[in-house]
Amino acid sequence: MARTSEISTSEPGSVPTMGRGVQLLLLALGALVLIGAPFVVYPVFAMTMLCFALFAAAFNLLLGYTGLLSFGHAAFFGGAAYFTAHAAKVWGWNPEFALALGVLGATALGVVIGAIAIRRQGIYFAMITLALAQMFFFFCLQVPFTHGEDGIQAVPRGHLFGFIDLNDTMTMYFFVLAVFVLGLVLIWRFVNSPFGMILKAIRENEPRAISLGYATAQYKLGAFVMSAALAGMAGGLKALVMQFATLTDVDWHMSGQVVLMTLIGGIGTLLGPVLGAGIVIALQNLLATSAFPVTIITGLVFMVCVMLFRRGLIGELAHSRLGRALGLRPPG
Amino acid sequence: MTDVPHDDEPRVVLSARGLGKDFSGFTAVNNVNLDVHHARIHALIGPNGAGKTTVFNLLTKFLQPTRGQITLLGTDITKMKPDAVARMGLVRSFQISAVFPHLTVLENVRVALQRPAELHVQFWRSLGALDVLNGRAEVLIDELGLTPWRDVRAADLSYGRKRVLEIATTLALDPQVLLLDEPMAGMGHEDVHTVAEIIREVARHRAVLMVEHNLSVVADICHHVTVLQRGEILAEGDYATVAADPRVRTAYMGTEA
Repeated sequence: MARTSEISTSEPGSVPTMGRGVQLLLLALGALVLIGAPFVVYPVFAMTMLCFALFAAAFNLLLGYTGLLSFGHAAFFGGAAYFTAHAAKVWGWNPEFALALGVLGATALGVVIGAIAIRRQGIYFAMITLALAQMFFFFCLQVPFTHGEDGIQAVPRGHLFGFIDLNDTMTMYFFVLAVFVLGLVLIWRFVNSPFGMILKAIRENEPRAISLGYATAQYKLGAFVMSAALAGMAGGLKALVMQFATLTDVDWHMSGQVVLMTLIGGIGTLLGPVLGAGIVIALQNLLATSAFPVTIITGLVFMVCVMLFRRGLIGELAHSRLGRALGLRPPG
Repeated sequence: MTDVPHDDEPRVVLSARGLGKDFSGFTAVNNVNLDVHHARIHALIGPNGAGKTTVFNLLTKFLQPTRGQITLLGTDITKMKPDAVARMGLVRSFQISAVFPHLTVLENVRVALQRPAELHVQFWRSLGALDVLNGRAEVLIDELGLTPWRDVRAADLSYGRKRVLEIATTLALDPQVLLLDEPMAGMGHEDVHTVAEIIREVARHRAVLMVEHNLSVVADICHHVTVLQRGEILAEGDYATVAADPRVRTAYMGTEA
C-alpha cells in the first residue's frame, strides 16, 4: 500500500512533548462541546450529526483498521433503521429493545454479506459489497413491512427502559449521546485489543500473517461483522431520532456518503470520521435551504481534501508538529 | 504442535514427490522430488527463474501444485491451506523482508506468540492482556541480539536487523521446519555472517530449507544442496559433489564461488 511507505518516512517514536495533560484537556473540551451542543444548535441536528458520526466511525473500523473498502454499508445502516422502526412502531417495543433488534439485524446482514465478499480483495471486494447492498435495497423496495417508497413514518421514540420519556428532546439527546459514546468506546476497545493487533498485522502484511498460521479471512470477517453491527447501531438510532426509516438510508448514495465522511476526516483515526461526518452533515444542513446543489459543494470539499489533506483532516493534524505536541498518535 | 521425538537424529520431515506447477501452459516446476531432514540445512540453489521461489510457494501451500504430493511429518498436506500448514509447524520467510512495519520489534514477535497462546480473538480485552507474552518474546529478542531495538518500529530497523527480526518472529512459533527464502539477500558482509550463525544454531533442532544465492554461505553451512534449473532438478548432493558437477558449472557459467 502506498500509504504504508508514506507513513514509514515520518520520524520514529516521537514522544509527545506535552503528553497526557493536554490530551485530558482536549477530552474535557470534547465532552463539553458534546454536552453543550443541544443548547447551542438545534438538538435534532446535533443528534443527526452524532448518528452519522457513529456510522462513519463504524465504517472506518473496516476501512481504516482493516484496510477493506466496503461500498455497501448503507445496507447495515438502513437495514437497522427499518428493523428498529418496525419494532418500535408496529410491535411497540421499548427503544432499547428496538435498537438492539436493529443491531442484531445488521449483524446478521454483516455475516451474510461479509462471508460472501471477504475472500475478494480491493476493488472486487468493494464491487461485491455494492452489489449485495443493492440487492438488499431492492428487497427493501419490495417487501411490505418497509412500505416501499413511503418508508416507515411516525416512529415513536417511546420510553427508555419503560420510564424515561424520550419524546423530551433533551432527554433524547443525552440518550443518543450515550449510545454514541458507547459505540466509540467499543470501537476503541476493538482496535486496541489482542484481536485488533492481529488485524493490524494482517493489514500490514497479509502473507506474513498467513505464514504465522493465521486464517486471515476469519479475522477480516470478524472486523466486517463488528463494523456492520456498529453501523446498524447508528442506523437504528437515526430511525429513533428522525422518527422515520426510508429507502434513502439503504440507497447506495448513503454508502458513498460514509466513504466521503471518513476520507475527509481521516481514515485510521478514531476522531477523523466523527469530524468528517460533522462537516458533511453541517454542509448539507447549511445548503439545504439554498438553491445551490449540495452535492457540488460536498464534491468540491472532497476534492480539496483529497488533493491537500491526503490523510484527512485529523490524519494531517496528527502528522503535524502541532499534532505531535498534542500527543496525537499518527495512524498506522 | 505435533508430537515428535526430541532427539536430533536426521530424519525426513518434509518431502515432495513429483511436484509440478503449470501457469497457463507454462511449466514453472516439473517433477521435483525433495527430502528435507530434521537437524539438517538443505539449500535450494539455481539461476534466476529456475523456480526456487515457486517450489517454496508450493511446499508452503501459498500455491496449489498442479501435480505431485507433499508430506509434512507424515501427513499429506497437498490439499491443505497455507495457514493450516503453518499451524502444523512449517513456517516460511519471504524474499522481501516480512515484518509488520508499524509494529515494534516486541509487538512483531508477540504477534507470532499470540496464536499459540490463544490470545488472538479477544476483542474485548485491552492490549495489556498481551504483556504475559513479553517474557518469552524478550528471550527470543535477546537471543538474536535485538534487545536494544525492542521498542523500535520494525520500519525503522536496518535491513539486516529486519531479516533477523523476521527469523526471531518465525522462531517464536517453534516450527519443526523452517523455509527461508534468500535470508541473506541484500545484506552487508557482517550481517551475513551473523545470520549464517543464527541459522546454523537454529538447525540443530529443526529442519531448514533455504533458497540462497550466496554460495560461500551455502558451502559453509548447508549439509545438502539441490540445484534447480528451468523448474527441474539438475543435480543434488553435498556442496562439493554439486560444485564439481560439470552441468552445474555450465548452468552457473563460472560464477560459483
